[in-house]
Amino acid sequence: MAGTFSGVELPEILVLRQLARDQLIFLYSQMTGRKDLVLDTQLMRPLDRLAGAALLKEHGVDKIFKLEPGKSLAGCDQRIFIIRPQMQSVKMIADQINADRSSNIKRAYRILMAPRKIHACDLILEQEGVYGYVTTEEFQWDLIPLDKDILSLELPEFLPAFFLENDQTWVHTVARSLVTVQQVFGRIPNVYGVGKCAQMVEHMAELMFSHVGEPQQVNSEIGSLVLVDRSVDYVTPLLSQVTYEGLLDDMFRISCGYIEFPPAVSGKDTPTKMILTCSDSVYEEIRNRHFSGVFSFLSGKAKELQSGYDKRHDLKSVRDMKNFVSNDLRGLKSQHKSLTLHVGACEFITNQKTKSDFDQQLQAEHSLLEGTELKENISYLEEIINRQLNSTTCLRLLTLMSLTQGGLPAQVYKSLQTQYMHSFGFEHMLTFHNLRKLGMLTEVEQSQASRNLGKMAAVANVNLPKSGQFRNLCKKLHLVPKSADDINLRNPNDMSYVYSGAYTPLVCKLVEQILSKEGFTGLEDIMRQIPSPHFAKHRAQSARGGKHTSAAPSPGSRIVMVYFLGGCSHSEITALRFLGKQRGQPVNISFNQSLNTYFSSRI
Amino acid sequence: MYHFSRKHELYSMQWADKVDLSKFIIAAAPYGGPIALMRDDSKLQKSQITTKPIIYVFNAVGAEISAIRWNSGRVLKLAWSNCEDLLCIQNDGSVLVYDIFGSFKRTFSLGQEAKDVKIVECQVFSSSQGTGIAVLTSSYRFFVINNVEDPRIRRLAEVPGLNKPPSCWTMINQDRQSRALVARDNEIYLLDHGGQCEQQFPRVSGEVVAYVEMAASFNTRHIALFTSNGLLWIGSADLQKVYCEFNTKSPTRPQQLVWCGTGAVVGYWKNILLMVGLDKDWVKYSYDTPIHMVAEVDGLRIIGHESQEFLQKVPKVVEDICKIGSMAPGAMLFEASRLFQNGSQQADEYIHMIREKLNYAVEQCIEAAGREWEPNVQKQMLKAASFGKCFLTDYRPEVFYNMCQMLRVLNAVRDYKVSIPLTYMQLQNLTLDVLIDRLVVRRQYCLAIRICNYLRMPEAEGASRILAHWACYKVQQTNIEDEQIARAISQKLGDTPGVSYSEIANRAIECGRTELAIRLLDYEAKAAEQVPLLMKMKRDQLALTKAIESGDTDLVYTVLLHLQDTMPHGEFLMAIRNMDAAHSLYIQYCRDTNKNILQDIHYQEDNFFDGANCKVIDSYEEETMEARFGCLTSAQENFTKGKYEWAAKQTEEQIKLLRYQRRLEEEFSRAYLDLSLHETMRKLIAEGNTKVVEQMRKEFKVPDRRFWWLKVIAFSESGDFIELEKFSKSKKSPIGYEPFVEECMKQGNQTEAQKYLTRVSPEHRVQCYVRVGHLDQAAEIAFQQQSEDDLNYILSKCTNTNRGLIEKIQGMKSQMTSK
Repeated sequence: MAGTFSGVELPEILVLRQLARDQLIFLYSQMTGRKDLVLDTQLMRPLDRLAGAALLKEHGVDKIFKLEPGKSLAGCDQRIFIIRPQMQSVKMIADQINADRSSNIKRAYRILMAPRKIHACDLILEQEGVYGYVTTEEFQWDLIPLDKDILSLELPEFLPAFFLENDQTWVHTVARSLVTVQQVFGRIPNVYGVGKCAQMVEHMAELMFSHVGEPQQVNSEIGSLVLVDRSVDYVTPLLSQVTYEGLLDDMFRISCGYIEFPPAVSGKDTPTKMILTCSDSVYEEIRNRHFSGVFSFLSGKAKELQSGYDKRHDLKSVRDMKNFVSNDLRGLKSQHKSLTLHVGACEFITNQKTKSDFDQQLQAEHSLLEGTELKENISYLEEIINRQLNSTTCLRLLTLMSLTQGGLPAQVYKSLQTQYMHSFGFEHMLTFHNLRKLGMLTEVEQSQASRNLGKMAAVANVNLPKSGQFRNLCKKLHLVPKSADDINLRNPNDMSYVYSGAYTPLVCKLVEQILSKEGFTGLEDIMRQIPSPHFAKHRAQSARGGKHTSAAPSPGSRIVMVYFLGGCSHSEITALRFLGKQRGQPVNISFNQSLNTYFSSRI
Repeated sequence: MYHFSRKHELYSMQWADKVDLSKFIIAAAPYGGPIALMRDDSKLQKSQITTKPIIYVFNAVGAEISAIRWNSGRVLKLAWSNCEDLLCIQNDGSVLVYDIFGSFKRTFSLGQEAKDVKIVECQVFSSSQGTGIAVLTSSYRFFVINNVEDPRIRRLAEVPGLNKPPSCWTMINQDRQSRALVARDNEIYLLDHGGQCEQQFPRVSGEVVAYVEMAASFNTRHIALFTSNGLLWIGSADLQKVYCEFNTKSPTRPQQLVWCGTGAVVGYWKNILLMVGLDKDWVKYSYDTPIHMVAEVDGLRIIGHESQEFLQKVPKVVEDICKIGSMAPGAMLFEASRLFQNGSQQADEYIHMIREKLNYAVEQCIEAAGREWEPNVQKQMLKAASFGKCFLTDYRPEVFYNMCQMLRVLNAVRDYKVSIPLTYMQLQNLTLDVLIDRLVVRRQYCLAIRICNYLRMPEAEGASRILAHWACYKVQQTNIEDEQIARAISQKLGDTPGVSYSEIANRAIECGRTELAIRLLDYEAKAAEQVPLLMKMKRDQLALTKAIESGDTDLVYTVLLHLQDTMPHGEFLMAIRNMDAAHSLYIQYCRDTNKNILQDIHYQEDNFFDGANCKVIDSYEEETMEARFGCLTSAQENFTKGKYEWAAKQTEEQIKLLRYQRRLEEEFSRAYLDLSLHETMRKLIAEGNTKVVEQMRKEFKVPDRRFWWLKVIAFSESGDFIELEKFSKSKKSPIGYEPFVEECMKQGNQTEAQKYLTRVSPEHRVQCYVRVGHLDQAAEIAFQQQSEDDLNYILSKCTNTNRGLIEKIQGMKSQMTSK
């Protein structure tokens, strides 16, 4: 079901899911007979995407539990745990096993660690004295296809681990996912990267290739790869999203392609779970639209559906009737169902927007992007902090202010933080600490403290933004259009439509520039403003293919894969989709986890 | 000159005068393998056994490779395994394994019973799994292992009533199982693992008193029996088929009875060699010095004092070509080629005669070339084939090409310096890979690599494998400098794919050459191989560096945790402090497992900021209030030490707040702990504790604006609109009155909201009226203020129900524009 995109086929990325699924089944079947499955709560959704419950049942899975502390589970005498290689989870398992043993229950245990097995975890099992009772195994899991053009590692730990703690554990996983992708779809001839992590990933992937050997597949189905560190652009994910998909995410959280609508939307008693992919034709039409255009489309669609239903009155013969019932009706019904939900969601969003003075918030964001009305914004910020509007919204605006200004004046910095802590609690001391480490919330003045911070930041792979850096970038790359009115929101003519014409996501703009210049030549001026290293590598196309060197490049060479190291927002996906359409160059998007505007709060 | 059998000299032996074969136990490996000799004590008189015996290993040309001074038990038998390991089987059932250079490899035992009662006879045979050993104990029971690489002892069934050694026995392979064929005088039994003992009845004409000798062919499909009255019976291994019976008229049993390929059986009596073919054809050779015979797949090697010979039935194809007067196409082509070389036009006639069968003739000549030992003859045959090829248009050259290649290889290894006298057929049986292995075992690395390159074998399985072996051998040469060896190895190996430097390094470690191993490991590309070895050598720092370079955090963890356990803690921390990646990983680890260490690290690094933050985290995890205060106080101290005054002050306030909250909890027995300052105050206001609130307001210096917000929200949320109104009148609001309206509306209280409308500042009035729902008045105000934007805003809020208002606003707008 690879979609055609301006005549060029996207690679069949669902193959990757099949690979992971095969591996999972293989690991299951190594334990013969009935077995229970205990899952890390974080892994439930991704596993759902990989293999549904029915598939698991086929392979002898009896019951499925969540891994929770201090709960002894019933079930049969064989048990498989699937966890992230985290010490807490391993300890939890050890406790369970010890509990079983003290109450004389004999079971066989098997621990699958996704996406990789880590020695330290084995060590903990040993310390807890249960190493002899379990076998541990690696469940190598690479990019999971979430849609025809979206791949994700579903690894939310990546961002804090790498950029905050300088923990490079997951770089390995990312590099391996790249190796897998290239083993399936052929070596990617052009690789561009921005950021330190991108560099490490590229380097490690090359190292892995030197161990495992070059892939058999000679034709590359993907022409270019752009690796981007999230730290290059923290601004974009902080903005309020205004595309339909983005709003759904902001409002309800899209996780692993699933969304859960509260009863208020669906009109039912229980929350409704729904999968959001291109297979939902209604959704496919509206996901990329600016929200202002969604409602009118939906009402048009509703009329269309009505006329579809109305056809039943014109049915002349039994054969027509049969045709209608067997073909049209089913499609109409499913469309009807999804339409109802989307209309409900729209209503819900509109209500919420009016309730939480969304417009004012947007205005504040836009003026921050433009760098105007700083004073007004500070007092607005103070007001919403004092009103205890919403802790994340406040934090978002606060960091946005710091990022766009290249740091806050010491006075403002301290007073806003103090107020924030008074309002939302002292525990945010740590939040601020982390944000500072990431360079997202800094003070301008070169005090002792910030010099120390500079040292710390160097450790944590972060280059503190210099003041005015964001401004310069905006100017050089025209990220903030001069007049938002030129941007047509209904029939977009520029990527910035995803933020109502106020801003073009930096990474997307960079991708555009890199692709059109085929590298960084001519971009030196801009790259100087981005304090991360960058590189471009070109591999001779199918040199081993021999005969084809002179022939036209393979059809895949127009396909671009953009890999966000540290996650990306739905607006960025939308913008890249638009870019792809504009350039006739389909874009595959991969990322470690989907980010939305809540992400700063999770740190 | 050619008869049904032929015999030609392979080598003249270099040991010529030094060795008297009659005094030795001899073991020669098939496929042109090495020869082991050991003094046969049973042939000496007792008094002569004084010195320890020596086992000599010679190559096929009789040059000594090594000598082993034997100082273990009594050796019953010497034999070679299929990997050319020397097996020395002692009468107590222990087997000692040596390589051809005389270095000890390993030992294993053939079981308790063998050890207890001793072995009396022993045979080494090739089983379906490798090289097997069968022994007969003095209690007349048979034990068998099928593979010396994986010795698992099995007992065979017992022969009923066996109370003396069987008159003869041998091992055969049947249905992938090793079975023993045992003769007790004139009865023959077949024994297997499953406890089956079946008597066999070979169809022998005439009466048999006893079978005294038996021999199985190389593939154990055929068998030869020799009876006490000199009858040689040749037949299939299941004894059902008789190929021939031949009366040798010899009353004594032969010293050796051996198959020559599959076509003949050879018996050796003192000075006489008798070869009997399956068609009862026979040849007799005489020898004046003792010899030893070795069965090969296609013939027989005869090892003597002076020379080593190869005896075989003349292969059919050679006979066809070379028999005088042969009319076979091959023979005609061979003749044609000879004539052509002599410049005779008769050649053409010969070619014409075999025109139709030329293809076959070429094939015959190629095959015959493969059967010849002498390069000259090979060349003539190949020339003939090549000549014939010219007359063929669609001949595929692979067969010819391959044969040329193989013959070059064969001639190279037959050279006396290498001395592996293999025939083409033996090579086919042995396979090229095994030949390469054998060259490696003999340390003929150069030749092995040349052969690999010549045959264009893939590097990973060919050249680089050999190089790795070479390197392993190289590191064992303790007389050469580390530096020199490391350089030599890296020069030769370079980046050859498939070479594992770690394997070589491991060998170096085994030889106790740590420095060399480290040098070698430097070349290893795979960190996962490198790091554990470095750790094994206790080069932990280096291991850590390499692990970090690899970027594989799991490796880093492995080294780190190992270091943590083995080094004094302080030293360990100092060691990792300059390695960023390792340091942060360790901090991560400590955060999850041991917070105290984390504190130590921060303290050591004077990292007050992180230290303080850790304490803050701790303060949320502690159970008792006292502990929490303790944590926060120490966090505050840390902040102060690091000169983060602002943070220190915040912490101090938090402590104060917590104290307040605790007091409040005691006083009102409600939950306040861990609420933020605002939440606490809001809760107190809603509960009507105005006094405490005022106190806190002063204590925490809450600004007026914030305080007002707090009160407005708290009052309206708790529905205390009377207090709210009172409060609004207490003095002029610093935040204006729109919050009053807003908050009342949030609670859905329109009446209350209206009370404040008049006091809202003019610029916000329109919005507030709209918010309350008084669109009419809002429009009026907007009109008064002459604000078109506001009017539009109101319009956008209008629905179909208030059409009148819409018209009114339109009117106002037109009025304004007309002005």
